[in-house]
Amino acid sequence: MATTGTGGRAGPEIDGGRRPGGAGSPEVVDPLVTLALPDHELASSGAMAVSAGRIRREQLGLLVRSKTFLAGSAILLFWIVCAVFGGFFRPYNPDAQNLLAINQAPSLTHLFGTDNLGRDVLSRVILGSRQILIVAPCAALLGTVLGSALGLVQGYYRGWVDSTTGRVVDAFLALPIVIIAFLIIVAAGPSVPTLIVVIGFAFGLVISRTVRTAVLQERELDYVAAARLRGEGAAHTMFVEILPNVLGPIIVEFTVRLGYAIFTVATLSFLGFGIQPPTPDWGADIFATYNYLSAGYWWETVFPALAIASLIISINLIGDSVESVIIE
Amino acid sequence: MTLAEAVAPTTSEAGDALVVSHLDVAYRVRGKDRLTLRDVSFRIGAHESFGLVGESGCGKSTTVQAITRYLPRNGSVTGGSITVAGRDLMGMGAEELRRLRSRSVSVVYQEPGRALNPSMRIGRQVAEVFRVLGCDRGESMDRAEEALRRVQIADPARVMGAYPHQLSGGMLQRAVIAMAVAVEPALLVLDEPTTALDATVEAEVLDLVAGLREQVDTAVLFISHNLAVIARMCDRVGVMYAGEIVEGGRARQVFDDPRHPYTVGLLRCVPRRGQRKDHARLDTIPGFLPGPGEVPAGCVFASRCPLADDRCREETPSMGEVAGSHRAACFKPDEAPSIPRSTPEELPVRSGGTSPEPVIRLEHVSKTYTGRGDPVKALVEVDLVLYPGETLGVVGESGCGKTTLARLLLGLTSPDQGSRMTLRGADLAPVAARRSREELRALQIVFQNPDSALNRRHSVRHIVGRVLTKLAGLAGERKERRLVDIVRSVRMEPRHLPMRPAQLSGGLKQRVAIARAFAGEPAVLVCDEPTSALDVSVQAAILNLLVDLQSREQVTYVFISHDLGVVRYLADRIVVLYLGRVMEYGPAESVFAGPHHPYTEALLSAVPTLDGTGRERIRLEGEIPSPAHPPAGCVFHTRCPRRLVDGTCESVEPPLREVSPGKLLRCHLPLEALGRLEPGGGELGGPEPPGRREAPAGGQQGGGGGVPAGEGGLEG
Repeated sequence: MATTGTGGRAGPEIDGGRRPGGAGSPEVVDPLVTLALPDHELASSGAMAVSAGRIRREQLGLLVRSKTFLAGSAILLFWIVCAVFGGFFRPYNPDAQNLLAINQAPSLTHLFGTDNLGRDVLSRVILGSRQILIVAPCAALLGTVLGSALGLVQGYYRGWVDSTTGRVVDAFLALPIVIIAFLIIVAAGPSVPTLIVVIGFAFGLVISRTVRTAVLQERELDYVAAARLRGEGAAHTMFVEILPNVLGPIIVEFTVRLGYAIFTVATLSFLGFGIQPPTPDWGADIFATYNYLSAGYWWETVFPALAIASLIISINLIGDSVESVIIE
Repeated sequence: MTLAEAVAPTTSEAGDALVVSHLDVAYRVRGKDRLTLRDVSFRIGAHESFGLVGESGCGKSTTVQAITRYLPRNGSVTGGSITVAGRDLMGMGAEELRRLRSRSVSVVYQEPGRALNPSMRIGRQVAEVFRVLGCDRGESMDRAEEALRRVQIADPARVMGAYPHQLSGGMLQRAVIAMAVAVEPALLVLDEPTTALDATVEAEVLDLVAGLREQVDTAVLFISHNLAVIARMCDRVGVMYAGEIVEGGRARQVFDDPRHPYTVGLLRCVPRRGQRKDHARLDTIPGFLPGPGEVPAGCVFASRCPLADDRCREETPSMGEVAGSHRAACFKPDEAPSIPRSTPEELPVRSGGTSPEPVIRLEHVSKTYTGRGDPVKALVEVDLVLYPGETLGVVGESGCGKTTLARLLLGLTSPDQGSRMTLRGADLAPVAARRSREELRALQIVFQNPDSALNRRHSVRHIVGRVLTKLAGLAGERKERRLVDIVRSVRMEPRHLPMRPAQLSGGLKQRVAIARAFAGEPAVLVCDEPTSALDVSVQAAILNLLVDLQSREQVTYVFISHDLGVVRYLADRIVVLYLGRVMEYGPAESVFAGPHHPYTEALLSAVPTLDGTGRERIRLEGEIPSPAHPPAGCVFHTRCPRRLVDGTCESVEPPLREVSPGKLLRCHLPLEALGRLEPGGGELGGPEPPGRREAPAGGQQGGGGGVPAGEGGLEG
């Protein structure tokens, strides 16, 4: 074809354009300060009428209008309500065993049926959201903080700091995260704080990679050179100059990791190293009941599994829409 | 009378390559339609060249996108029609459109590096054009080679086997042009084809396009922000402003006798032939472009026009006839050439005299980049002296070491062993991290691109205030007062302090960058192409500001620029770099007056002029050699048009010798053998501003302009 070129040249010039700042009254300029020069680019306009706050509000508006975000939030909100207020509307005590009514199929008395100990599956699904909604967000948050700090240091210093820490991270990441977590929990004994620290640490390593890449690009920009030229220290340059500019990818990474954290908690619980019975937990319940699948007692396994899936999907929907708004 | 008639040749022909009439284009942004092009009409006859010129945001690129039906998803043609080679573009289906793009319309964009596929050899990419036309593989390759030969690529076989990253920007642009003209399209669109190239390469590419137009029967639509390029390349021209064509006609007429206040203002913003900072301030265009999609009542330019009255603000002027085909959308075309200056001409009073004590001295400063592969000598044995309050202009093509010099001065990279830099006589630490607060204060920089130089998450207050804290050691009340002073001294207001860079226009952002640089009261300010990312009208305001600040603060500028007109306006002394070596160094007047180093001569003659007077063009052969493998002898000998026949240039590196007081040259040739481009004083830069032209300086007329006037039935 004869039309050579990029084709998709940066679209409309709309957003990059200049706008007059409305009817701003030009202030009286001190003649001693400025040279007597009615330079008309003089500031009476030239600034866009959009304030930073309005940009943020607009981003929020875009987010709230997106259907994926709404769907994701609705599901997540449902589980949060279950976790916080589930104690009030659960039909039965989730730990109460009723050996006279074991393995009962869903019915009006037990909407989701009962398990092999006669516990109400619906109640256990509702309250199973509690632990996972504490552990996963805390772990993801911890991981994001650790990963951001590590990534900033690696990307800012580069050189030997980057290569040594990078190799250590490589060594850890050579093993599946579940296995690392598994090994540490076996050594330290399972508990909620251990779980948070272990998953947070492992995720921090992954997140550091993303942050490091973003920092490497960012530090080449001239404002970082300008900071060096006024004698700023490393900490200031990293956390005050660079960090605010890499927050976008960090937020996206946080939402992605949150989904994975739920996944990991459920997996560890299933393996018996996460949330410990008898506390209701979806992963642990699947482990406790999957043997009965072959006997046809599907409800004991399927409902907790659906709960896990729905929570992960909700986080991913939110993550996707946040990402599309931030990256535009 | 319609706009279409206004900018069309007076005799309209059936064989017009492109007819755009009453075109409206709107972009849909956040649910609202914003009209970006309004009532744009022009016509390009067969084998005619038409230029669209205007500043960023005026709608040039949107026009190109509309003509190729490549508008982005949210853009749409909301009115008017486009006819290409007699066929209506808007009614075309996908297949017809594909055929049109493959045979009738070709586009060359600004960046050849992005127009070519980086993972495909050039030969295959060029051959693809012929494959689409139905040639078989072998024939396509043969014709591709032929096409490359046609764009004067000396060794097409080598170029065909190369990947894009192995070739220079100029060579790539030639390949792209080869693809574009290969099918002999009815219309060739050139969208800022030389903006990303060095001046010397730009001159070659423009020569090439002018030459191709003799051979290929195609009409040309040339888009550029550069008035001089348009003046050189086009028969007729349309000046765009805020989505409308405000003036049109024969290029010579429009540039010699502009009748729309915007065109007049635009031409005055360019430093004109030989104008210097101690002659007069540059004029500027007050105010700002209307926001995208804002349609002001009345004339679009009224808010910035010194002639505007109530009628201008209420009625929209239509294109009125000025003379023959020359028309302007203005109610007062007769007053336009003599609009009052919007910036007074008087200069600020220079405070204090220049002291003979140098502020910075560089001795044998070299920089070698080592990494994978061969070491690259970016700067070789440079000696420079900077005096207080003067401006040193640094010029040269890309890769000549300009930026390395800036980074060394600032301590952003460390020089090689044996280099010595002194600040007011005392040794200067090589890297910024080891410099004291006073040393850091003394040397600051204004970067080329304010988007990269300003932290986009910080407010103006933070950006400037932080320097006051760190370098000036101010806090509290005193810092606040100084902050307001500084912001005002770059002609912004305190209300800008809480804003972030994204809320400011390009010109205001650069002012913030200048404010930051001045906040520490530096002794030396490095300006690395500070205006090359800005439009000419904004550039003029920034240059005025730099001149004013210098005269008040006695700052020394190291002004790096590829734009010789700007350097000439600002610089007191000039250093010309080539492959990291100083080729010529001396007072600005004598560097521009000659005798020139052959390289300087080539740089000077490459600059297109607005007055269109041709001049003996010196074209450089070949490409800039790699600094990793500089040629033996004089590094410039591979491209030098004046090299000695006895082979001295190839074997012996000439010393930098003093040819007149303060002027140094690195050349074997005797002074008498060197060229002198401008005995009369000035050929650079823009034209005389309208209304104050002197009698045309006796000289070479025609020829170099390249485009024969009267071609294609232009004259009525």
